[in-house]
Formats: sequence, structure tokens, C-alpha cells
Amino acid sequence: MVGGALDSFAARVANLVVGNPDEAAVLELAQTGPELRFEREALVAWCGADFDVMIGEVPLPPDRAVRVAAGETIRFGLARRGLRAWLAVAGGIDVPLVMGSRSTYRRAGIGGFEGRPLKAGDDLKMLAPSSWAEHILASLRTGGKLMTAWTVRPGVMGRPAAAGVVRAMRGPECTWFTLDAQQQFFSADWTATKDADRMGVRLAGPTLERRQAGDMVSSAVNAGVVQVPAAGQPIVLLPSRQSVGGYPRLAAVATVDLPRIAQLRPGDRVRFEEINLTVAHALYLARERDLHRVRTGLARLTG
Amino acid sequence: MRFTPLGDNALMLEVGDVIDEPTHRRVQDAWRVLAAAPLPGVIELVPAYTTVTLFYNPALAVQVGAPEDDIFEWLVAQVKERLKHPPKMEKAKGRTVEIPVCYGGEFGPDLGLVAKQAKLSPEEVVQRHAKPEYLVYLVGFAPGFPYLGGLPKELETPRHAKPRMVVPPGSVGIGGAQTGIYPLATPGGWNLIGRTPEKIFRPAEHPPVLLRAGDRVRFTAISPEEFAKWEARP
Repeated sequence: MVGGALDSFAARVANLVVGNPDEAAVLELAQTGPELRFEREALVAWCGADFDVMIGEVPLPPDRAVRVAAGETIRFGLARRGLRAWLAVAGGIDVPLVMGSRSTYRRAGIGGFEGRPLKAGDDLKMLAPSSWAEHILASLRTGGKLMTAWTVRPGVMGRPAAAGVVRAMRGPECTWFTLDAQQQFFSADWTATKDADRMGVRLAGPTLERRQAGDMVSSAVNAGVVQVPAAGQPIVLLPSRQSVGGYPRLAAVATVDLPRIAQLRPGDRVRFEEINLTVAHALYLARERDLHRVRTGLARLTG
Repeated sequence: MRFTPLGDNALMLEVGDVIDEPTHRRVQDAWRVLAAAPLPGVIELVPAYTTVTLFYNPALAVQVGAPEDDIFEWLVAQVKERLKHPPKMEKAKGRTVEIPVCYGGEFGPDLGLVAKQAKLSPEEVVQRHAKPEYLVYLVGFAPGFPYLGGLPKELETPRHAKPRMVVPPGSVGIGGAQTGIYPLATPGGWNLIGRTPEKIFRPAEHPPVLLRAGDRVRFTAISPEEFAKWEARP
């Protein structure tokens, strides 16, 4: 369960929009993206940060199914806000399963496409689209339309937090920190630093003091866990995290708000709002219910 | 036995609070019992020194009967029930693995620091690190990373306050009372005292890791020349 898209919900939505199963391989882009030439007709969708995307001379908005004709090129420019986006292609990208996964694990050079980020000249194969995707493609083709009128926006599903806010629960070692530090964590403005990758993001802000020194015995961590090394600056773990860690876990970000951490650029600010486990579960279930409703609605489109 | 939430999709079962062999056995026993058959809503188990953490999907848990407003307690009850009625299983057997390490120099930039705080010479640190037979308490952090117990008390060194962004693969480190080997270039906060030319993570092999929980490990000091020779092997 380590690895995969840094916003697995956005990746699921992109896949859903093009009629793929949740676990179909998608492309993840950070900061900027590729120019992709399609050798055959395809149904594609992208979700995530605010990117400039063009197909020929036409801007390509996110969160909807787009028909790309054979020979056409999609160009990703720079992200205007946020950092990452996910592009799904009907059928999914054809890469082998490694240990049951299609995701890239760059540190070990395995998974995904040859275990590495893509580079110019790479030739990606697509798997066969679902019959639902074929149906959408056909209706766009005959209607002379580039994209669907409907959209599916992952960021508005469930009950999103206010801008710049990330909801989090107390972690198992929360009480290892002074009351001041606990309060500071849940009230201060935190700034994302450039010490960030797919494993986690180091934040800068007030120094979080411990009640007493001492190392904890290493135990499991998860995406969203907020570790605080002795220097007192928190690290929020992302899906390519380690499986166990030894820094005290002050907090854990709610699953539904983790995408906000994945979208932070150096200098971006974020504030943590404390919630309890029951609320976090309610948020999680609300988002899943919304996705389920959309899934049911989309299935009806083709009768 | 204590149950604690770790975020909204994991449940931590604590069976002790120190690194020792009896606790290790309790962790392994609990893990084997929980892993013997699927638990409703649970998708992964991560055993560590004193804990077994169960990762769950809240939506899946609700689908199989958990009340929406008390998923955690419902899962705890499932785990307790399983532990009360464990299935019959064979005892797991460990092996002893020898690991060559080139200590100090560019391979072990923190050897001096460990020596200084232990009030020993670097040579004495090497001697004492390579002496005991260590127990692989758990494998985790990065794929194949063995957390070894049995470090001589005097060599215990706190982790760096600010972890390194990149630790070279094969690095042997000390983090508090623990010692271990970094399989891949990853960030890391442990004190690096040497490096092994042995491959710890082997993605093409089954299992893909050299060391497994329950194995015993012995370090042998090698020279930089032997290190180079080892690395040049086909």
C-alpha cells in the first residue's frame, strides 16, 4: 500500500471519467507536463492542480472526458496554482504489474514505465477502452464534439475544508509535545519548504517543543502522518512514504485532505484544523458516497 | 494490549513498549494470527518492534457491518475476537546471515560522532558493532530495511535532529538503540558508520528482500579494497 498516485482520489476520478477501473495506470505530472501525441483515437481526462493544457489551439479543461483524434497532440504547460495533476486514458496505460502494482517506484527503479519518470520519445501503449468509453467516444465523434458537457470535480466531493485548511487528528505521540506545541501545531500558519518529494513535505513554522527528549520505538506510519524530528519542524508523509518511522507522530491528516498536502509548492501556506476520528470517518464516507452517486449517474449515460 | 488509532485508516495494536525478544515474539505471534485469514475491512498489516498496525478502508469496513460512527471500536472487537481464537499454525524458523561492512571513511561519515559520544575510539566502535548476533525485529521503512536489535548499549546514539535528504544504499546506521541497513537511496536520520556491498532489496527475487523478521545477522568488517572487489562481482 506504499506508493501510487499522490492524490489517489483524483486518479480514481480521472479513471472513472474515461470508464476505467480505479486501479488503471494514470500519468502523474508535477509542475509541468509532457506533450503527448496520440497515434490512435483516445478518450482522456485529467484532474488535479490548475494547469495550462492545450489540444491544438483549444484549451483543455480538467475533470471531463475529451476525445483526442488520431494524430492530435495534448500539451501540458506550467501549473498556475498547485503542483500535480493526473491524466487518465481510456483503457489505462499498459505497463506491467510489479508486486501487484502498476505504479512507479523511482528509488528502486521498478514499476510503471521502466521504473522511471517518462522522457521525450517514450512510446506508451494503451489497453483497450471499456465499452462505456467506446460509447462516449462514438457519441462525441458523431456529435462533432471535443469533450463532454458534464464534469466530475474531485475537489468538491464530500465536504471540502476551507481554502488553505487541512483537517487532522491527534497522533499517537501527540502528548509527547508540550501543550504549547500541540496548540501551535493546530493554529499556526505553516509554510511548505523545498524539502519535499513523493515521500513527504517538510513544513516550516514555530519550533514544536517536546516535553522530554528521547527516541520512540519505530512503528508503522501512513500517508498523512505528521512526524516531528528533534529540530521541531513537522514532516507530513505522502503516499510514497516509508512503511515505519521513528519520529513522534504528532498528528495525522484526514485522508480526504491529504491531496492538499500533495499540491503544496515551496512557499505555500497551510493551517491544520483539529478534528476527531469520527468526523474524519464521516468526511471519508461522505466523499465515497458522492463518488458512488457519480459512478451510478455515469453508468446510466450509455443506458 | 492497547489499541490506538493512527489517522482515519489505521489501528495500532501495542503488545509491549520495549525492544526485547519476548515483545518481538508477541508481535510475531499476533501478526501471524491476524495474517492467517483476512479480517473484514482490513487491507494490510505492518508489524514493528512493539506494535502490529492494521490498515483498513473505512468504506469497506462499513460495507461489511461496521457502524458508521464507531468503525474503530468495531474493528478492535474483530481483532480481539481473532486473537482470542487463533487458528493452528506452524512455528516460523529464522536463519543467520553474514553481512560484510566497510566501516568509517566516506562509507561511514558518522563513525567519529558515534565514537565521540560513546567515549570510544572509532576502532573500538567497529569492534563492538561487529561483535553481537543481531535479531531482525522487523523489515520496513524502505523495502528490505532490517531493524536490528542487540546493539551494545554504549553505541546507542540519537538520530540526527534533521535527517539527511539522501543516504546512499547499503549504508549501515545507528538510530537510538537500533541499528540497520538502508537498502536504497532514501532520506534518513540515522548515524552512518559503514556501508555493505551486499544487495538488501532484490525486486526480481522471491522474496524480494535479503532479510526477514526473525533472522539473525552478524556483521563482518571488510576493507575498502574488499568492498570494491565485492561490488565488482558479477
